Amino acid sequence: MKKLINRQAGPVGRWALGLLPFVILVVLYVVASDARLAANPNDKLLPDLASFVDAIQRMAFEPSKRTGEYLLWQDTLASLTRLALGVAISAAIGLVVGIATGALPLVRAGIAPLVTGLSLVPPLAVLPILFIVFGLGELAKVVLIVIGITPFLIRDLQQRAEEIPAEQVIKMQTLGANTWQIILRLVWPQVMPRLIGAVRLSLGSAWLFLIAAEAIAATDGLGYRIFLVRRYLAMDVILPYVVWITFLAFAIDFALARYSRWRYPWFHQAR
Amino acid sequence: MAIIELNNLWKEYGDQVVLERLNARVEEGEFITLVGASGCGKTTFLKMLLGTESPSRGQLLLDGAPIPDEPDESRGIVFQRYSVLPHLTALQNASLCGELDANRWLGRAFGATRKAIRARAVEMLEAVGLGGALDKYPHELSGGMQQRLALAQALIKKPRILLLDEPFGALDPGIRRDMHQLVLDLWREQRLTVFMITHDLAEGFYLGTRLWVLDKVRRDAQSPESYGARLTYDLPVGDSQKGTLQAIARNVHDTSRLLQGATP
Repeated sequence: MKKLINRQAGPVGRWALGLLPFVILVVLYVVASDARLAANPNDKLLPDLASFVDAIQRMAFEPSKRTGEYLLWQDTLASLTRLALGVAISAAIGLVVGIATGALPLVRAGIAPLVTGLSLVPPLAVLPILFIVFGLGELAKVVLIVIGITPFLIRDLQQRAEEIPAEQVIKMQTLGANTWQIILRLVWPQVMPRLIGAVRLSLGSAWLFLIAAEAIAATDGLGYRIFLVRRYLAMDVILPYVVWITFLAFAIDFALARYSRWRYPWFHQAR
Repeated sequence: MAIIELNNLWKEYGDQVVLERLNARVEEGEFITLVGASGCGKTTFLKMLLGTESPSRGQLLLDGAPIPDEPDESRGIVFQRYSVLPHLTALQNASLCGELDANRWLGRAFGATRKAIRARAVEMLEAVGLGGALDKYPHELSGGMQQRLALAQALIKKPRILLLDEPFGALDPGIRRDMHQLVLDLWREQRLTVFMITHDLAEGFYLGTRLWVLDKVRRDAQSPESYGARLTYDLPVGDSQKGTLQAIARNVHDTSRLLQGATP
């Protein structure tokens, strides 16, 4: 038998091993839930699987009694809109400022210290300021995401732009390129796949800021709903929502990764 | 008139003297091979020709005027690595200079201009033997093919001076020979002035028209940096005396031991 360090899982084995922890978690949950419900049928902390099905049915496939809307979908749409807006604005700012500071030493000298300073401000600490300045509407939530992840995106892209080998910048000049053309034909295309990578990394924080903002001031959204039903200890709604948010995060990350591989083969294959 | 002129050229970094008292004239169309120990200033000299380093003393003249202190289209270059743009296919790499010329703001060409640029790029790529790899990205090409692409990309711009910084250093011997032939052919066709750095002495001895050896004349084991390298040999290739190669090899070897910290 081979040493453990040299043993690899086959294709089936890999799936089985990967699924195993999930199965164990579900089984553990069911056992614990049964035990608690046996002791107290009204226990709300670990509801059984049937109440999850009920809750999902109620939230996703029946109109709300109060507003007549399908709450899960409405919450999802509201949250994803805010997330997409926030991330798109951040990515655009990150791209422009990151390329400018990364490619142009003079701009870097002027702006980099400011970005470093801003990136150290804890975004949640400025949330009250955002609510005061922008009101409790959509804008404040989007701005929180932007403030939260833009400094990271700028600094990451600046570093990526600086990493472009000097040989290539020189080569462009010997081919007659001016500064703008070097940015447009060398820096920008080479930084794009890295922007996608940086956005994937920052999505976790973006969700954090989104849910925090929704928890404090909103009338819909996934984060709003979780914090609303918390008052009734409605674990049967909270847990499916958490799973749904996790799934959305996974799906977005997966889609970005796939897009990057398809669009920038030179970047992924060369590594 | 000489295309390149070195008048008592020095390069120093603080106390460290890299190059001292370089004097030479280069006529248009010469093919100069630069050899020397690694670390003795060959690349520094090439960077001065390129414009990314400037002389500390003396003059480096292009057509009688100080050489521009930033890279531009008068001087093309092929590096040992990173010479082609990884995000463009072979054809896009070769079309790049035409496209940059065509539109100042977009750096792209359209319609008939684009067609003409691509046709010229295809022609050039076929001349360097890349006709079958037009739509391949650099990472899909072997090291030799990447350097062919880099040559094509540099030459399509028709620079007055072509700088080659150990362009074949990372290639296998067989492929190296093919590349030598290719460079010689292109040089004859385009009547370029070429400066090529190599640390392969034999390469310097039969490639090109003129061999320059950069070497330290004075070697101080205690502080090897206090004396710079000079042009110790400036030979026309082909009629060098027997024994010269051995003498150069011995000197260069001593210098490289010195620079690596061993006592000569």
